[in-house]
Amino acid sequence: MSVRRLAAVQPDSFAFSKDSEAKIAFWMNKYPEERKASAVIPLLWIAQKQEGWVCEPAMREIAARCAMPYIRVYEVATFYTMFNLEPVGEHLIQVCGTTPCWLRGADGLKAVCEKRIGKKGRGNLSADGKFSWEEVECLGACSNAPMVQISNPYGDYYYEDLTPEALEAILNDLAAGKTVETGPVTRRHCSEPTEAKVKVLEDAALFDGSYAKPVTLPHSARAAAKPDGDRKSKPASGAAGSAKAAAEAPKKARDTAAKAKPAAKKPAAKKPAAKKPAAKKPAAKKKDG
Amino acid sequence: MLLQDKDRIFTNLYGRHDWRLEGARQRGCWNGTKEILEEGRDWIIDQVKKSGLRGRGGAGFPTGLKWSFMPKEVGARPHYLVVNADESEPGTCKDREMMRNDPHHLIEGCLIASFAMQANACYIYIRGEYVLERERLEAAIAEAYKAKLIGKNNIHGWDFDVFVHHGAGAYICGEETALLESLEGKKGQPRLKPPFPAGAGLYGCPTTVNNVESIAVVPTILRRGADWFAGFGREGNTGTKVFSISGHVNAPCNVEEAMSIPLKTLLEQYAGGVRGGWDNLKAVIPGGSSVPLIPKEICDDVLMDFDALRDVKSGLGTAAVIVMDNSTDVVKAIARISYFYKHESCGQCTPCREGTGWMWRVLERMARGEAEIGEIDDLLDVAGQVEGHTICALGDAAAWPVQGLIRHFRHEIEDRINNYRAGKPVFVPVAAE
Repeated sequence: MSVRRLAAVQPDSFAFSKDSEAKIAFWMNKYPEERKASAVIPLLWIAQKQEGWVCEPAMREIAARCAMPYIRVYEVATFYTMFNLEPVGEHLIQVCGTTPCWLRGADGLKAVCEKRIGKKGRGNLSADGKFSWEEVECLGACSNAPMVQISNPYGDYYYEDLTPEALEAILNDLAAGKTVETGPVTRRHCSEPTEAKVKVLEDAALFDGSYAKPVTLPHSARAAAKPDGDRKSKPASGAAGSAKAAAEAPKKARDTAAKAKPAAKKPAAKKPAAKKPAAKKPAAKKKDG
Repeated sequence: MLLQDKDRIFTNLYGRHDWRLEGARQRGCWNGTKEILEEGRDWIIDQVKKSGLRGRGGAGFPTGLKWSFMPKEVGARPHYLVVNADESEPGTCKDREMMRNDPHHLIEGCLIASFAMQANACYIYIRGEYVLERERLEAAIAEAYKAKLIGKNNIHGWDFDVFVHHGAGAYICGEETALLESLEGKKGQPRLKPPFPAGAGLYGCPTTVNNVESIAVVPTILRRGADWFAGFGREGNTGTKVFSISGHVNAPCNVEEAMSIPLKTLLEQYAGGVRGGWDNLKAVIPGGSSVPLIPKEICDDVLMDFDALRDVKSGLGTAAVIVMDNSTDVVKAIARISYFYKHESCGQCTPCREGTGWMWRVLERMARGEAEIGEIDDLLDVAGQVEGHTICALGDAAAWPVQGLIRHFRHEIEDRINNYRAGKPVFVPVAAE
């Protein structure tokens, strides 16, 4: 587990801005009235986006808003690693260092950060005060490795398919106050294959509206119940015929030896639960997003 | 035979087309949803069972069966569906593409699944780092509300709200009960089971937690038929699956393929093959960092499904394929995974909190050769003491990669220790061509 502490120096007070208040209202509306504590992570995040980090007075304010003891907010803020418990650089570079990124050269990115920004640690600011960097665990963009997430006032976006040179260029642009395009730095769009031997997702029929035509549900219980049920059992148009073809083809690969064995243990989870006060349905609420 | 485009469910996986409602409808989302609901909840659950769909989040538990654990009648406590979008397993990056490029598959799936389990509200718990994905999802949900596809008095006749909630960087929140704790505003520490979430989950109410992919494939399965889906893959391992390929291949990617595709075919057809050719392959982690690695000899002909990988003492997990070629310092690679688990242990159970750090420190020394031969068995022993002795599966997930390493690469660790003692270089990487 990661051990995290609050910063030694803390401001005297904290107040949410008007912008933040609007966001808070949006989040608070998502949970049942008596379950305000659910909003604690979103509120800590809003505080962090406003100030750049989460200070102790902010935690007290959030505790009041979420109707929970201060110590519970403190627990949450120190448990979840995305919360900056100390001031960080305007641009916080988070380099993914977990194995999939490491295999594709995350060490090179770390070297760039070390050279360009300085010692690892989100509270260690660069000489110009604009940057700090840290190594984080898997950010979930492994097919676009190596990658970094850059947090700054205007967003928290991914920069992918990097090389040390590409990262250096991004840092230069940020230092010069330029905006940098997010996503893969290569010409890749997302995580599509670039060297596939077959075409993937290029069949025009997928996108020409064939699939938007009315469908008749296969195996329909209602259709079967009708005495004169003359419904077709296939979906319309583009999808038509595929069910049969598909059912035939992969059967070749079937290995009857491998029998289905639903994975291990599982509940007869019908135990009546302890009688806790039932939460009201949030369904009654209006969503404003 | 490879999967054809017409049989892919996520038709905008690469974001080449409009992710918004209009584009999604054009590709078949929200088509016949009302008719699906009119078939009734028993029909839906039955079809999902017949499709053979097994949970796509790692454990592979049959989805339809899981749904049937929910109480048949709604009592004093409302039912909830919670979607696990806390995708954090190293190697895994599939849900991300679904949420940012094909969000309406997920939202429609949420409606259908919630209806089948009589839930009027659903929370999607997305990892905090996925900021763009969260914005997309929120925008797509807003569109669905506006078009009256969901919400109160919607055109489908089932009052239904969906809310996006986010985390803040804790891998453990991908464990279903830790996720529920987190959603309730607490530290993400897993709960003891029983009670299972179907009995007492979110806010003490009956809850089902499903992975994004498990929910997002449901509408298409119902539209095209359980036997269509069941026609792919081997028995007990049916359907299509999005595979995330990363590491030492020429072109890493996400791709939807049929289950039970041979690993070699998957890598060579879609990812440009292993860097330096198939013979330059050293090992593959076939299902995200939690599962034991398999060496090349096994990779040569193993099929990518739950049972085939279990038979070679690994697992399909999330189907995140991490490829390592001969230049890889495999001990270091697993040591880095051990560091990950040390970092992500929630600290609740002693074997995991202490064991993950211990395993990492020993592996780091072994990577440098600074260890005793006898420590390899000590490490195996400790891994066995962590495995199965914790509240949740993170302890197991931390132990398995270590056990896999020793099972298949014990000689490499021994060589290092011997080389270190003889004053020779401990690891000389082979350059990839």
